[in-house]
Parts: sequence; C-alpha cells; structure tokens
Amino acid sequence: MAKTMFEKIWEQHIVAEPEGQPALIYIDLHLVHEVTSPQAFEALRLTNRKVRRPDLTISTVDHNLPTDGTRNEVIKDPIARIQVDTLRKNCEESGVVLYDIDSEAQGIVHVIGPEQGYTQPGMTIVCGDSHTSTHGAFGSLAFGIGTSEVEHVLATQTLRQAKPKTMEVRFNGELNKGVTAKDMILAAIGTVGTAGWTGYVVEYTGDAIKKLDMAGRMTVCNMTIEGGARAGLIAPDDTTFDWMKGRKFVPKGDAFDAAVAEWRELATDEDAEYDELLEIDCDSLEPYVSWGTNPGQVAKVTDRVPSADDFENPADVSSAKHALEYMGLTGGTQIEDIAIDRVFIGSCTNARIEDLRSASQIVKGRTVASTVRAQIMPGSTLTKILAEKEGLDQIFKDAGFEWRESGCSMCLGMNPDILVPGERCASTSNRNFEGRQGKGGRTHLVSPAMAAAAAIAGHFVDVRYWETE
Amino acid sequence: MEKFTRLTSIVAPLDRANVDTDQIIPKQFLKRIERTGFGEFAFFDWRYLEDGVPNPDFILNEDRYRNANILVGGRNFGSGSSREHAPWALMEMGYKSIIATSFADIFRNNCMQNGLLPVILSESEVDTIMARALRGSGYKVTVDLETQTVTDDQGLNASFEVDPFRKNSLLEGLDDVGITMSLGEVIDSFEEKRTARW
Repeated sequence: MAKTMFEKIWEQHIVAEPEGQPALIYIDLHLVHEVTSPQAFEALRLTNRKVRRPDLTISTVDHNLPTDGTRNEVIKDPIARIQVDTLRKNCEESGVVLYDIDSEAQGIVHVIGPEQGYTQPGMTIVCGDSHTSTHGAFGSLAFGIGTSEVEHVLATQTLRQAKPKTMEVRFNGELNKGVTAKDMILAAIGTVGTAGWTGYVVEYTGDAIKKLDMAGRMTVCNMTIEGGARAGLIAPDDTTFDWMKGRKFVPKGDAFDAAVAEWRELATDEDAEYDELLEIDCDSLEPYVSWGTNPGQVAKVTDRVPSADDFENPADVSSAKHALEYMGLTGGTQIEDIAIDRVFIGSCTNARIEDLRSASQIVKGRTVASTVRAQIMPGSTLTKILAEKEGLDQIFKDAGFEWRESGCSMCLGMNPDILVPGERCASTSNRNFEGRQGKGGRTHLVSPAMAAAAAIAGHFVDVRYWETE
Repeated sequence: MEKFTRLTSIVAPLDRANVDTDQIIPKQFLKRIERTGFGEFAFFDWRYLEDGVPNPDFILNEDRYRNANILVGGRNFGSGSSREHAPWALMEMGYKSIIATSFADIFRNNCMQNGLLPVILSESEVDTIMARALRGSGYKVTVDLETQTVTDDQGLNASFEVDPFRKNSLLEGLDDVGITMSLGEVIDSFEEKRTARW
C-alpha cells in the first residue's frame, strides 16, 4: 500500500500497539536542555529508575546563558545557575553527553543537533521543547514533549502517542528575490491560524520547498508548531545529503552511501494520500511582518496593520483588539511606517550561518540607525566561529551591531537579554506572544534580511528593493 | 499522578482565545528545578500590577472565582511552548479541570500527565458555560470523567471525548512510566532488531 513519509517512519518505530491504547513508539534521539529536564531526572531518582539509553541522549545548555561574553564566569542569576549546574550533575550521573559552555558544539539545541550530524532522516527525535519540529527538515519525525514525557523517554526510550492525521502543505511556484523561508511559513500560519494544524503532522512539499537550502527548510519546520502541528517534515533529497555529508556523527564512506540509499526510500509514495491538503502560491508572497501577539497575526510588508473590525469571527475581533492595544498600534498604519527600537537576529528559527550571511549582505557598508540597538546571537558556538572566519562579525560590528554569543537569548528572554516595557523589536525568532521578549515588549517577527534592513532604516522596509553591494 | 474522577466546582471564566503558555507561566519563573512553586506566578503579567498588587481588572482575581477548581477558556488554550510548568502552575492555582473548544496538543498531553483534565466541548456549550460563569457568582458545573459529561443545574448536559487509555490512567491515577516499564521485554526485543539493522 502506498504510504506517506510520516506513515513509513511511524510504522518503523512502533514497539507495541496494545488494543485500545495509543501506540508505543521508539525514540532514536532525545535532546535535553537545562529548563525542561531537572524534574524528569529528579523523578527517576525518586523511583530508582535509570536513563535507559544515555547513548541516544544528548544535552546542551542554551536557554539561561548570558550572551555578553561573561558565560565563562559564574552565572549571576542564582536560580539560573542552579538550573545549569543541575543539568551538569544529572548528565554526569547518568552518562549523558553534555555540550557545555566551553564546547564548540554548544548552542541552541535545535541548531547543534543537525550541525553535529545527530539529526538524520527517518529518525524519531524528541526534546522537551516545542521547536523540536525543526529537525523534520531532514525527514525525521521530530516533536516537542513535556517534562513528564521527558521522564518517560529517559526511562524507557519510548513514548506513548496517538497517531496524528496528515496534511500536505504544498508551496507552489517560485519565491521572488528578497522573499525567504521565513516568509513562507509566516504566510502559511497567517492563512491557517495558530491552531489550524492541531492534531496533524504536516509534510511540506512543492517546488519552492525543493529549492530551499537546509537552513530555510529548518526555518519552515521550526515554526510548524506555531500553526499547532507538533511535527513538520520535508522529504530528504540531494540538498539534505550534501549538507549532512562529513558532519561528525553522520555515517562515513560506504556506510554513508548505504544510509543515503535507505533515506531515499522515505519519501512519500506517489499514490499515497494525506488527510488534508493546503496549497500556497509562492509567486505572490512578499516579505511578512507580524503585527499582533500570535504568529498568525501577520501582514505583507506593503500592507497596513488591520483594524479589529476587519475580522468577522468574534474571537478574532477580540484577539485583534487586545493585540493592537498591547502592540501600541493603530489599524490602518502602513507596516513600513512602524519604527523600531531593537533588532534581534537569533533563535533556533533564524540564527544559522546561512541566516547570518543573508543579514550581512543587507548590512554591508551601512550603519545601524541611531535610534536602534541591534544584536546578533549566533545559533551555536560553531556558527559563531564559522561566521568570524568568513568576516561576517566585522561587517556587523562595523555597522554598529552587537556581536554576541550563542544561546536562546532574547527569543524568550530567560537570560538577561530582554526588552523593556514598550520597546519594539524586529525579531527573527518564532513567537510574538505578550511579554515573550520581556514584559511589555513588542515583538515583530520577520526574516533575517528584513530584520537587518529594519536595523539600518529604523523602521520596516521592503527588502525586495534593497540595494546590496 | 493525582486521580481525577468527578468534580463539582465553581467555574472561573477566561474569555480569551489562544491563551499561550507564556501567559500561563512567564519565562522568568521557569528556572526552578522543582515541580512546585509556580502557582503564585501563574498569569503573572495579567494578574499583578507593577508593584506586585493583584490587578483588580484581571477576572481571575475576582472574589467570586477565588475558590474555582474549573476554568473555562477560549479556543486553542495552552498554545506555544511545551513547558509543563503551565499545568503545574494552574494546578497550584487550584484548577483541576479546564474546559475549552480546543487545546494545543502538547499542553493537553501535559495536563493529562498531571491529572488536570482538559475537556473539549462544542462552541455553543462553552459559550453557555462562559456566559453563566460571567453572569453571577457561584455558578457550578460537574465534570464527570466516568460518564464523560459536564452538567449544571440549569439544564446543561454536555458530553466529551477522551482517549480510553488516558481515561483509565486518570481514573486510577496511574504512573505512565510504570505501565511502559512493565513492557520492558518488548522494548528489549525491538531494540535488538533495530540495533542490528542500524
């Protein structure tokens, strides 16, 4: 029978499917960070249970780290320090590898998994973090879980899951210059809303997806959760295999060739059927800017901020009203007229080397507006080193950007990097929720190129018409 | 896990769509390494004014909802971050069940793991409960997991779906990890086959 990629991976991982129960599926890779794991390790200790497969578990510190060059000192926030130290202790006791602050492999967990070659097609991957969907860009089934489920995976290397439905999200046509993967996913979530994909696993297909590089595919899959789907997948192809080849934990030589042959079999069969189809025409896409307080509240850069009255459903009207008030925006304002105070280029959505290259092209030879504070937090320490080798740091520093260290940073502001009340930020991250980047802070989600251009101009601009050197 | 069987309680209304887990428990409170200590920080930005005084305009601060163990919310409740600190915080605030038209997947799973029962009802049923909870004080419903119903004394009789496995775990207060560990041999043999292949 013809199968979708999701069905193939799912079936390969069913350990047991007792009558009347959700399936028990095997987990190939478990990623762990300091915030959602301490209670899980503690529960194991209290019940005298062990980590079943420390060799399939990797961890890093990312959420709490300062990015101002002081990470090698003692973390000033005592509670954050305890959380980081607890992860160190838990990893040492259980034999789980930890990429700590002194490791080149340290970074945002969803950046380092692929970067080190842990993330591979056909795998099941989980992490106590909703943006685990990122890894689906490699054709793996990857999703976020809560701390109780982290405990379950640590103890059993399995997870109990009800089988989700499948949706094909097909991006037809071709992207215009200046329109990026970020704009594709913002457009999609703007179409379906933040709950549009609840209960589904999404597979992204179509010409525009095939043409994306791996960083772009990771951006798309990363934000799948913002549409309510826990996982989003893209079929692995030559772009995937070329990107993976030579990475530390990817098979080498003949083993690589054999793996590629297997990975090619994962793609959805021609006659396979999804439960739903959504088509998006990429020719008409523009750069997008979020105007509200959830990632479904987006507008094209050439559009205006909507008014609450523009919506029909009472819940949408009420949402828009709250959002406009929180964001300090008036309906009818041209998006390009919105002035910003801060720029954050970072996060597991958009802080890979390709993202930094894209932003640097916009910035090269220009200066950050005097009204703007602009910061870059590379997605991993390795990304930072690579960018410095390429001279990107100098381009940013010359323009007046702060070139900082890797970590989740201002995506959620668990570390000291936050907005102050009322500050407005062009951010390459994934969530514009109230207070996400700091209480009272106002977040506009955009691509790295759009964020870079906004830093220079002091307000949003249509990066399609930006002249580069 | 705490058992959930049947609960009759005052209903607290939170009439907002897309209440995300960043609102339920903001990031600055995620640094604790325990499962407790989150309740007083739930809905922090909405619940307190600058000086830490309860915000009189935040509905859950009203006296008439203070003893509520059931929360009725808008669609897509619990969206966003996977933080299980959200159900922990809600439970410490006193809630044992949440009624809404839809929940975000990860949040719903996290609730189930903790004995906080998420109940999905139709839009008209949720509207009815919301309106009655908003109207006066002391409005109560009964959430019965055994019969999978929500009822009140004004004629509401709504039924809801729940996965039979999860239902049993909630009714008995069973430990998910323990159940799976009893399948140790099945996992062993799956692993053997899989390791040989990879």
